[in-house]
Amino acid sequence: MDLRLSDEQQMIVETVRRYVAEEIVPLEADLDPDAGALAPDDFDRLVDKTKEMGFYGLDIPEEFGGPGLDTTTRALMAIEMSQHRAGLYNPCYGTFGGAGLAQLYEATDEQKEKYLYPTLRGEKKGCFALTEPSGGSDPARAIQTKGHEDGDQWVLNGSKLYISGADKADFALVFARTSDDPGRNGVTAFLVDTDTSGFNVRRVVHTLRSTHYATEISFDEMRVSKDQILGELNRGFAIANDRLSRQRIPYAAGCLGAAIKAQEMAIEWAKSRETFGSVLAEKQAVQWMIVDNEIDIRHARYCILEAAQKADRGERFRTEAAMAKLVASEASGRVVDRAMQIHGGLGMTKDLPLERWYRELRIRRVGEGPSEVQRLIMAREILGGSFK
Amino acid sequence: MAGIRMDKPWLELTETAIEALPAQLGVYQIAEADGTVSKIGYAGGREAFGIRTALGRELAAGSGQTFRAELTHGYLTRWEELLMIHQHDHGSLPTGNADHPHRVGRLSVDGTSSKASE
Repeated sequence: MDLRLSDEQQMIVETVRRYVAEEIVPLEADLDPDAGALAPDDFDRLVDKTKEMGFYGLDIPEEFGGPGLDTTTRALMAIEMSQHRAGLYNPCYGTFGGAGLAQLYEATDEQKEKYLYPTLRGEKKGCFALTEPSGGSDPARAIQTKGHEDGDQWVLNGSKLYISGADKADFALVFARTSDDPGRNGVTAFLVDTDTSGFNVRRVVHTLRSTHYATEISFDEMRVSKDQILGELNRGFAIANDRLSRQRIPYAAGCLGAAIKAQEMAIEWAKSRETFGSVLAEKQAVQWMIVDNEIDIRHARYCILEAAQKADRGERFRTEAAMAKLVASEASGRVVDRAMQIHGGLGMTKDLPLERWYRELRIRRVGEGPSEVQRLIMAREILGGSFK
Repeated sequence: MAGIRMDKPWLELTETAIEALPAQLGVYQIAEADGTVSKIGYAGGREAFGIRTALGRELAAGSGQTFRAELTHGYLTRWEELLMIHQHDHGSLPTGNADHPHRVGRLSVDGTSSKASE
């Protein structure tokens, strides 16, 4: 596998690196250590800048006006974009724009007019409502939200848990069981306006991420018309599953970015901090931690680029994406943990971004499919299909 | 389960009461003499002495007569939750939060409305 970057990729990486260093990091010096958003004026100014750079709306498909980046270049950018305090979950504070829910690109023309295009214009926000209190790792079987037909409408009842942004969303992509099939062939995806009667945001769910909460929502006799079905009846899980697979590569790349920055900080500190008559970098215990960090970083980088390159070649990349997600999320957690150890007491404080990355990287081992599910995906592929 | 309201006791906003607080991160509500909540704030990681520093600033600014506080490392999400509950109960944010720069979320809160005098 060729890990060298093309001239164009190198230029893009350097441009994003400079943007993070010159535009994002200086603003963070004045923000709360757990801040998740820029001041509106700063946000608007930087969005204008990314538009000038031609990088706004990174994940929007080219036919809808996006820059048309390949997966490898997108992953390389994600590695750079996450190298600041809020970078893991808010890379560059969203100034590169969003693409909306990926499933909207599969919508009907009418649904695109109502949901996709307003989202791309920044006029509407959507949320993705799949996980339920009954479980998130095996959503096809765990979904208990039920829909039943009543004339030309569907009536939904049930609840969803750990849903990001439901309280501020204009619409939700809701998955509900619409047949007696207990598995993936009985699930339908609905596009639901959040002001629909029966759509309730029940509570805020606090997590290790003190900058961002999730929500629990419920549907109480919520009526939606049949033209609000996204895709085909009882084929909604394929839409959800597609999203879960595609997200894994940039998700892994974001983890790696934080690890790279933590390693840079650890090296700088180890070379300057003196104890017992010499700098930390001269102690073998510290040298080994730095080396173990480097092994983890290079391992993760290799897995991410292998998955991205396979995707770009149009080859099957399910195993590689799962491996990249698992390796990057776990390795980056170890890297940040060692970097904190090298920094000693300072590493535990909010003076540095390490403690925030430490908390947020713990979530990354569960988000977008936990490590155990990634192993299950790989086992199925390696062992050949279903097995008992 | 509905959004969780703050249920700490109200205290007079005085230097003595503030000094008795631990120097920790957290959230607080400030109320006028009639019990109207005038501000919901937080003490984040940049405050020199956590909630003591933040409330000392509120006292100096004359933000209100009484306060109640809750210590938490999840101060930002708890702060937003309290803003959401207040907006649900009163239809708007407290006057001290009128310049809140970001959209506050929508919460379906069960139960009675929250008042500073509770």
